[in-house]
Amino acid sequence: MVDLVEYAIRGIPTGCVYALLAVGLVLTYKTSGVFNLAYGAQAFASASVFYVVRKDHEWPLWAAAILAIVIVGPAIGLVLERFLFRYLRGSPPMAKLVTSLGLLIAIPEVVRLLLGSGSRKNPPPLWWVRRTDEWLWPQGSSVVLDAGQIATIVSTIVVVIALVFLFARTQIGLKMRAVVESARMAELYGVNSERTSMTAWALSSLLAGLAGVLVAPLFASLNPLDLFTLLVAALAATVFGGLTSIPLTFAGGIALGVLQAVMAGALPTDSVFATGLRPGLPFIVLFALLMFRPGLRTSGELQDPLAGVDPPPPSPVTQDQPKWLTRGSRALMILLLLVACWISISVLDAFWLGLVVSGVCLSVILLSITVATGLGGMLSLCPAAFAAIGAFATAQLVEATGMTVIGAMIIAGLVSATAGAALALPVVRLGAVYLALATLAFALMFESILVPLSWVSGGSVPLSVPRPLIGSIDMADDRWFLLFAATCLGLIAWVVVRLREGTMGRFLQALYTSRDAAESIGVSATRPRVMAFAVSAGIAGFGGGLLASYAGQANYQASFVYLVGLVWVALVVSTGARSVLAAIISGMVFFLLPAGLERLFSWPENWLEAHPDASGPVASLLEVITPSWAVPVAFILFGAGAIMYARHPEGSLQSQMSALGRAVNRRIDPGGEPPDPADDLDRESSADLVGPS
Amino acid sequence: MTPPPALQLEDVSASYGSFRALFHVNLTVENGSAVALIGANGAGKSTVARVASGLIRPSSGRLLISGSDFTGSAPHQIARTGVALANEGRSLFASLTVQENLSLAFRNAPSVTDPDAAMNSAFALFPQLEERCTQQAGTLSGGEQRILTLARVMATKPQLLIADELSLGLAPLVTTQVYEALATIRDSGCALLIVEQHLDHALALADEVVAIEKGEITFRGDPADVGEVTGGLLLPSGHPAAIDEPT
Repeated sequence: MVDLVEYAIRGIPTGCVYALLAVGLVLTYKTSGVFNLAYGAQAFASASVFYVVRKDHEWPLWAAAILAIVIVGPAIGLVLERFLFRYLRGSPPMAKLVTSLGLLIAIPEVVRLLLGSGSRKNPPPLWWVRRTDEWLWPQGSSVVLDAGQIATIVSTIVVVIALVFLFARTQIGLKMRAVVESARMAELYGVNSERTSMTAWALSSLLAGLAGVLVAPLFASLNPLDLFTLLVAALAATVFGGLTSIPLTFAGGIALGVLQAVMAGALPTDSVFATGLRPGLPFIVLFALLMFRPGLRTSGELQDPLAGVDPPPPSPVTQDQPKWLTRGSRALMILLLLVACWISISVLDAFWLGLVVSGVCLSVILLSITVATGLGGMLSLCPAAFAAIGAFATAQLVEATGMTVIGAMIIAGLVSATAGAALALPVVRLGAVYLALATLAFALMFESILVPLSWVSGGSVPLSVPRPLIGSIDMADDRWFLLFAATCLGLIAWVVVRLREGTMGRFLQALYTSRDAAESIGVSATRPRVMAFAVSAGIAGFGGGLLASYAGQANYQASFVYLVGLVWVALVVSTGARSVLAAIISGMVFFLLPAGLERLFSWPENWLEAHPDASGPVASLLEVITPSWAVPVAFILFGAGAIMYARHPEGSLQSQMSALGRAVNRRIDPGGEPPDPADDLDRESSADLVGPS
Repeated sequence: MTPPPALQLEDVSASYGSFRALFHVNLTVENGSAVALIGANGAGKSTVARVASGLIRPSSGRLLISGSDFTGSAPHQIARTGVALANEGRSLFASLTVQENLSLAFRNAPSVTDPDAAMNSAFALFPQLEERCTQQAGTLSGGEQRILTLARVMATKPQLLIADELSLGLAPLVTTQVYEALATIRDSGCALLIVEQHLDHALALADEVVAIEKGEITFRGDPADVGEVTGGLLLPSGHPAAIDEPT
């Protein structure tokens, strides 16, 4: 018993870390209406600045803290508000989530470009003593807190008290909540909504910076993935507080830390429980809370009563485009892809051919995002987990039963689809944000609990997967494998198109547009979405098997880490969530863009080598550019795509096609679109009708 | 010298994106007078209300409030000159409590010097609000929500109130209450722009009637004329023809 109490006390510092991150997320959500996944990236930015000035330039503690937390933190928030989130106020929660996903990907890479990409070991603490027993605690006490822990506990308590005061007692807290619900109505009440919203972002970004600097010393080196994983762990506390209550969130964070410490102490260290459950606990708690906390089923998003002031959205591409054009462009697309295939086989060298094949395999996986997010309207953040399930299942089946690889891939797809259906059953009832969080929790549960098990992943050595063999055709040759993968891609793309245009696609669209209206005409709210989720998981599983077979092994760390899955989602959604072509382009871009950029960025180096006597501003400018820029720049571009998503909710590809469709329409039928006032008025009245009247 | 009118729209055109909604509208609400703006669904009534409160920036023309040019100003700047918009549907913050809604309004209205006194006067006018002061405004019934809106407006004492279809979706008894409150507001010297589809109450209150059809003003006149002809019935299309040829 005494032991348990001691373990529990040891959990409090960790609990404070969770609480601090969680409270910051609640603050952002309450004051800006954005569930800000990029919070972890903002924390990383401030922590990096703090590291550079404190350790590399040896600034005094106070100066470094002021620069990193009080200046850089809010500055990032103000930039995000001014150029991004201000225009997103009326957008659906999914658009805001995708934007924050893009920022999560892009911000750390921007930091790396600006501050250098070297590893930053032993981040400095935000405190001036090293241990409690050197300072305050009695010598020889069993509970010893280090500097970072003291700083965290003190800051967390101060922050929680300040925030409770802000929301309960001050006008600015009230204004922020009002602006989140309806900026326009707040204006009518005499509130300057722009200034309020900027204050809110500055404040929450200040907290992100503080959290980043405080939490960084917990890790051996500073990296955005660790910070983000910790943030997802803290989400359990956020959900415990229902995304609104600061005191409940604080309590949830402490409880989580204590629970984790007690489990670590009480469970035998060598058991499966200790190795799997302990790191996975926050994600299990998060998932369980999402399933069982009442009130999360409904999205809880309030409609802006003045939303009718916005101009109505443009009509989707299908309505603007004549049927023959759709069919024609589809035929042209298939022809182009075939030509691309032929060129890849006959012209490309082994390096580029390899990237193209990987791109084709990935495109299959990305079609799963088209099904779940594009058709189903569900922002699933675990496509990489299902791809990994497929890859592992393929490898295990081939090894255990000796069956053909193609057969194993198909069965792996079914295994993954079953897992998808099992996850979907509880998850599809949730609102948009909570569904995304539940799938994220699933991805992390999978990563922290199942992936380390040898019967899943083969343990520390990746399982090998052979290439398929059809008759005398050995796919060990990349060119044959490309043909095989492209055929699979074509078949699955055809299935997705059939699905989109069939009954289920219509049901899904009806549910996405208005769940209540769809249910009132007899569409089941769950069955089509569960189906879509299962099909999506099945496609991801098959694609995962394909990718593993091409790579020769099912390597989780190399191909299927959950953060990579988030990049995939950002790519597909920003290119065009409903479009098959967008998924294919995204798959290609994911592999080809970094490699292409590397070639591009190595050009200045080569040129300087060839011209050693070059000098002047041009040469010094060229010296700055290195091939190591390629990956960061590629990821910044991926992230930027998702950020732009807010402006083109149909995806960049679709919006270009819409514009093209309208232009073609005007060509074909020049009399069809005169700026006739009567016509405009008809539209105005319909705009009024879709308003909140 | 007479003071300038509370609200003047001069040759205002406005649009939603590419959809033009108003064509060269001229409208004046004199100080302390009540104007009823009538018209069918989609005729542009609400757009006039939104332009007057700054929610929509006119694409051409001028917006004058008490003689000063406010074309293109932010809605909060217009609100602080004493223009209040009570819009159709929900005109309050559903996630805030009744008290928080009132407090937000009183502390941001320059006309309110003592927010606590304003709160007390609002509760004195509508005692049922005091009972529910810690309840979330979104959980109030439609009629109670409208009363909360009126309480907010009455206690802030605006120069001009734009009431956009306040009777929409209300029971007749509640509608009567709402119009009694509007009459009280007018008697306190506040100018009124009443946007309505239902005529009887609006005409009883108004000094002048303006009809709008397809984004253009088509009729301007004395409410007595309109009342005689239509007998307080709903205008079929907001069309002035309905005034000449009753159906």
